[in-house]
Amino acid sequence: MTYIFDGTFQGLLTAVFEWFERKPGKVVLKSTSIFQPEAFVESFTVNTNAEKADRVWAGLQNKLKKDWQRKYYCTYLSEIPEAYNHVFQFTIYIFQNQLGAESNYGNPHVIALAKYAKSVEREKHRMEAFIRFQKTGDGIFYANIDPDFNVLPLISSHFKNRYADQPWVIYDLKRKYGLHYNLTSVEEITISFSNGADKQNLAPVLMDEREALYTTLWKDYFKSANIVARKNTKLHLQHVPKRYWKYLTEKVPI
Amino acid sequence: MFDRIREKLNILADAAKYDVSCSSSGGTRKNTNKGLGDSHASGICHTYTEDGRCVSLLKILLTNHCIYDCLFCVSRKSNDVKRAAFTVDEVVELTMNFYRRNYIEGLFLSSGIFKNADFTMERLLLVVKKLRLEQNYNGYIHLKTIPGASDELIKEAGLYADRMSINLEMPTEAGLKLLAPEKNHGEVIKPLAFVQQQISQFTADKKLIKHVPTFVPAGQSTQMVIGATPESDKDIMYTANTFYKNFSLKRVYYSGYVPISNDTRMPILGTQPPLLRENRLYQTDWLMRFYGFKVQEILNDANPNLDIDIDPKLSWAIRNMQHFPVDINTADYKMILRIPGIGVMSAQKIVQARKFGKLRIDQLKKIGVAYNRAKHFIVCLDSPYQLKDYQGTQIKAFILAESQSKYLKTDNNQMILF
Ligand code: SF4
Repeated sequence: MTYIFDGTFQGLLTAVFEWFERKPGKVVLKSTSIFQPEAFVESFTVNTNAEKADRVWAGLQNKLKKDWQRKYYCTYLSEIPEAYNHVFQFTIYIFQNQLGAESNYGNPHVIALAKYAKSVEREKHRMEAFIRFQKTGDGIFYANIDPDFNVLPLISSHFKNRYADQPWVIYDLKRKYGLHYNLTSVEEITISFSNGADKQNLAPVLMDEREALYTTLWKDYFKSANIVARKNTKLHLQHVPKRYWKYLTEKVPI
Repeated sequence: MFDRIREKLNILADAAKYDVSCSSSGGTRKNTNKGLGDSHASGICHTYTEDGRCVSLLKILLTNHCIYDCLFCVSRKSNDVKRAAFTVDEVVELTMNFYRRNYIEGLFLSSGIFKNADFTMERLLLVVKKLRLEQNYNGYIHLKTIPGASDELIKEAGLYADRMSINLEMPTEAGLKLLAPEKNHGEVIKPLAFVQQQISQFTADKKLIKHVPTFVPAGQSTQMVIGATPESDKDIMYTANTFYKNFSLKRVYYSGYVPISNDTRMPILGTQPPLLRENRLYQTDWLMRFYGFKVQEILNDANPNLDIDIDPKLSWAIRNMQHFPVDINTADYKMILRIPGIGVMSAQKIVQARKFGKLRIDQLKKIGVAYNRAKHFIVCLDSPYQLKDYQGTQIKAFILAESQSKYLKTDNNQMILF
């Protein structure tokens, strides 16, 4: 049997609720975006329901400590189709077993969540490291990203705490939403880029007049810090895979 | 103006890059004043140079003018290089603007010694005070302690810096004497001891009174240059061990000497820096700090140097086969940590998971154990029955044969921990 949910976190939790309500036996969870009807497999569409979702989440909070609640949420944010199903199976496993069942690394769903969460945390950490702000003419520090996973919810507080005295925007081009910090709080925004606007690079006319200076100085610094006698391209690529180069001021050719 | 600042940055970043410490970890400064920045206990590498080293801090010298003539240093008096000096404001502005753009975690400020130690230390102090007090800057600051600076200046600097360091430079006094006759380890030990004593004083006070200011919260570190002088690995690691113990250092850094001079007392220009040896020393350092090994177990009179072809954890295991095989399902956590192919994370997972049932090979692999390496040293639920006991040397040959192809392709400079 297949359960189909709408891809939201609440939808996923609702699916768990429905399963316990019906106890239909073995079920695979899929999101609408990837679901394709198969012959001979029954399917059931989950109607996302905030109340049911809250009840499941409250139950989980009793079962899981903070670190595992976070692993759970991170796995969801991976947006990987199989990950959704693992979260679903994991939830059932947790509810059906004693406290502490999540430390059973012999269980396939436990190990799957640990792995997905690790990848998502790594991407979050990379964004905290690789985001480069450009100062715009109106004093906002602006950065575009298109991370592998949906990590904006995870990086928000880091940037808010760190850059408390400057307004900033971080925009996820892939998922078409961003965060805007206005010196008091962080809000979600969407931007409609006008036709032809270069999304990856802001036009120089929109920049603060000193922006070019600091870009140059940073590129210079990056070059000076290198020790040619120790060159190790393989290690370099391992730390900064090519797909992240577009973020990095120091890696973008002039 | 534009060109002048570029030139200064190029000269003073270039001169600072041989100091390997990049760590921005250990600080926990919070952004409480709605100012700029905070620092994380874990630290962040914002980029990596093409040689694969972490770039976390803006690492610069205030000036590369120096009255000393240490042979191993690019800034030595007798070296014919361009000289430059930043003003205090220039350093402050660079730091603030780099930090605001998320280029860096903070500032690593060092300096050649101009005029005298106190004069130099005073300038460094001015920079950090301006950042903290005028700019509300809470990012990370790593400050070099200038040998010979007065206690008052060092003490004041410690109120604003997250980490302070002072380099031993050479692993032994004899080595240092050879290359920097004007210097001695005593000059390094005195300020290290002073800062250490202040740190414990402040920590003790903090227990009694809430609002004691922090003092060098990320602790102290030091660096030794490796391969410029003929010390053995044992000399190096015994020195490191002593300094970890006596001064509660957070880190000791080992910097493979990159030839910068034609002086015949040192490896000549064009000699490859000893990167693999450097890697082995770091591995040993980790075994001491996180794996519960005593330095004497790894290096001693019978084994004064680390193996180059295998890592020190594997060498230890092979020399001590009487401890193996270890039963994954019953052994102490401490013993599991000592198994080649098992890291700290995997060891922790094993200890948690085995409460739910005895572990099998496929589970160990999923947990992250490098099974091909570990299999020679363990038994688990479905370990194949082994007819004869292999000797350590045979196991080494197996493992080397298995990793040989990989090893050759990745040339010899890899930084891989176990
Ligand atoms: S005192 Fe420091 S900067 Fe001056 S030559 Fe010696 S190591 Fe270099």
